[in-house]
Amino acid sequence: MDVRLQTSMVFHLDKCIGCHTCSIACKNIWTDRKGAEYMWWNNVETKPGTGYPTAWEDQSKYKGGWEENGGNPSLKMGSKNSRLLNIFHNPDLPKLDDYYEPWTYEYEKLFDAPEGSDQPTARPISMITGKHMEVEAGPNWDDDLSGSPVYAANDPNLDSLTEEQRQELFDIERLVFFYLPRICNHCLNPSCVAACPSGAIYKRGEDGIVLINQDKCRAWRMCVTACPYKKTFYNWSTGKSEKCILCFPRLETGQAPACFHSCVGRIRYLGGLLYDADKLPSSVQVPDGQLVDAHRDIILDPKDPKVREAARKNGIDDRTLEAVERSPVYKYVMEWKLALPLHPEFRTLPMLFYVPPMLPVMAKATEGVYDTANDELFSPIEKARLPIEYMASLFSAGNVDHVTLSLKKQYAVRLFKRLETVGDVDEKVVQFAMNECNMTAEEAETIYRLTSLPTMDERVVIPPMHREEALQMLNDNMWEEKGSAGLGKRQLPVRGN
Amino acid sequence: MHEYLLYIFLPYMAVTILFVVSIYRFVKDRFSYSSLSSQFLESDELFYGSVPWHIGIIGALTGHLIGFLFPAQVLWFNSVPVRLYILEITGLVFGLMALVGIVSLVWRRLNTPKIWAVTSIMDLVVLFLLLAQIFLGVYTALFYRWGSSWYAASAVPYLRSLFTFQPDLATIAPLPIVVKLHIVGAFLILLVFPFSRLVHMFSIPISYLWRPFQIVKWNWDRKTIRGQYTRGNTEIAKNAK
Repeated sequence: MDVRLQTSMVFHLDKCIGCHTCSIACKNIWTDRKGAEYMWWNNVETKPGTGYPTAWEDQSKYKGGWEENGGNPSLKMGSKNSRLLNIFHNPDLPKLDDYYEPWTYEYEKLFDAPEGSDQPTARPISMITGKHMEVEAGPNWDDDLSGSPVYAANDPNLDSLTEEQRQELFDIERLVFFYLPRICNHCLNPSCVAACPSGAIYKRGEDGIVLINQDKCRAWRMCVTACPYKKTFYNWSTGKSEKCILCFPRLETGQAPACFHSCVGRIRYLGGLLYDADKLPSSVQVPDGQLVDAHRDIILDPKDPKVREAARKNGIDDRTLEAVERSPVYKYVMEWKLALPLHPEFRTLPMLFYVPPMLPVMAKATEGVYDTANDELFSPIEKARLPIEYMASLFSAGNVDHVTLSLKKQYAVRLFKRLETVGDVDEKVVQFAMNECNMTAEEAETIYRLTSLPTMDERVVIPPMHREEALQMLNDNMWEEKGSAGLGKRQLPVRGN
Repeated sequence: MHEYLLYIFLPYMAVTILFVVSIYRFVKDRFSYSSLSSQFLESDELFYGSVPWHIGIIGALTGHLIGFLFPAQVLWFNSVPVRLYILEITGLVFGLMALVGIVSLVWRRLNTPKIWAVTSIMDLVVLFLLLAQIFLGVYTALFYRWGSSWYAASAVPYLRSLFTFQPDLATIAPLPIVVKLHIVGAFLILLVFPFSRLVHMFSIPISYLWRPFQIVKWNWDRKTIRGQYTRGNTEIAKNAK
């Protein structure tokens, strides 16, 4: 058993209000720079929808992630040899237009324009060329328009639905959507790392954060193709790839990443997970339907004495183990089985998990009348307006059982609390719903508490990083380092040639 | 006098600067040690520029290298006319590929506003030098026939004399001006090499072929059990509770 620590995340989609505060927090800190204007390390998509970059989930176009070749996983973008042969021109590189051309406005024209009979206007100008441009796409072009035949119809996940189901989805009275916030998944089997010819991308052993060494990156751009989530970005100005760093400078000082910290809906949970690195290879070689089970199978119980012993042998500190025991991620993913990985069929073992949304709980259109007074109060999962197959296509590689269980549990918790606080539901109905997913009253209460009333300290349990110890371990004479504090580059990340 | 400058001083200076600056830049400014890819901003035209250019230039340079290393064997190979024709045509094809490539790369860079936005002066210098050099090379191949043979007999002895630090200009003296410009152009390219995007030639990621897929880096010593340094602190923390 090779026990390692992974800083992992859960996003509770039922709580996401789609306000994009996370995106802005991230943008202001990390990507408000030349060459990075078009990057959104954190973005929020409307589903059904095509997302950012457009239709990123369609791997027949983008060639991201891994392929399972009879027990021998290989990158979908091609073998190592073929990557080197294509090094002069990467045929599968997403282009700027797959994202959008960043722009600003000529605001000064509003003040400088000579007096005339027309209102002065601020025309959009490209942030790349500085010239006037027509805005044709943006980072969130189909925001809130989902269910529409214009944008959402191109969502690759709709392939899992029947023609009838798709038609129903586009009826104007049945328009339905939810939000999908996305950051780098800090995968256990990252395809960006595997695809980098320079070996510039690496996973930090002690916390599992995936980073790109800017000094080693040689702009081969293979990672941009390889990441199936399209969360590595090419900086066109510095000629380096960049990605979400999980705000490691914040984590190392005990602060939540900016997107977690700023989350208005408090949907984001962060905590450590212990996993068995020995089991990694076999867990990505199972058929699609078993991927979620295999993923859960490599995650270890931090309370198990054997696991703790093996963890200590691998140098994991007691206080780190303590934090992992309190990890909200472990509860959502392992204990309650509410949270599921996004597109496990890409086989990168993403370590950001999603609680699928129960939407919309009430209301249906009957003979053209929008009726919010459903006799069942909360409409059962089977009648969900967004077909369960759609959720399964997103969160469990098509295996409906996992999504159904997660939704039924959320449904049961809701009924349980309704009975307790309002009391207008039949006790038998509640009991039936809870029995269906083997849920005790105690579990329902804890799920409710961590979902609805968690404090910041309960949502974000950062395993101590012990950077100070790392320094001591790697330097015999730590006093030499004293007073030589300071981070980062001595030169600006600007290229002359 | 100008011969001394162009054919003896220039090559030694260019090669010295090439080595010194390349190493200095690698140590001091590794961040910039690559070509600034613009495929993200414009991909389709790049395909028709970059691919023929790279295949052409690699083929052409390999030909020059073989001639330099094995002049006698090349002359022997060329003693049969059919083999000479094959070699000449092969070289010309590579040269034309490089020419087509560099012309479309220049055209693309000058005519695409987004590419122009990421173009430095050094990029233009390099493009001009390469364009001129390839043009001179292809011109030579077309109008001064059987270059594969006379290269081995005239330019190679001169190049070898440079390597042995006994520069001898006798064999290149009678060469036409186009060929002489080609020689000077080559040394000028070596001169700007370490200051330009050409340094990407030194970062060919060949080790990718044998490294494992996944890379994990530990910022601490895995053999040392964590906590032993701070166990005292843990005790204090517990007591504080």
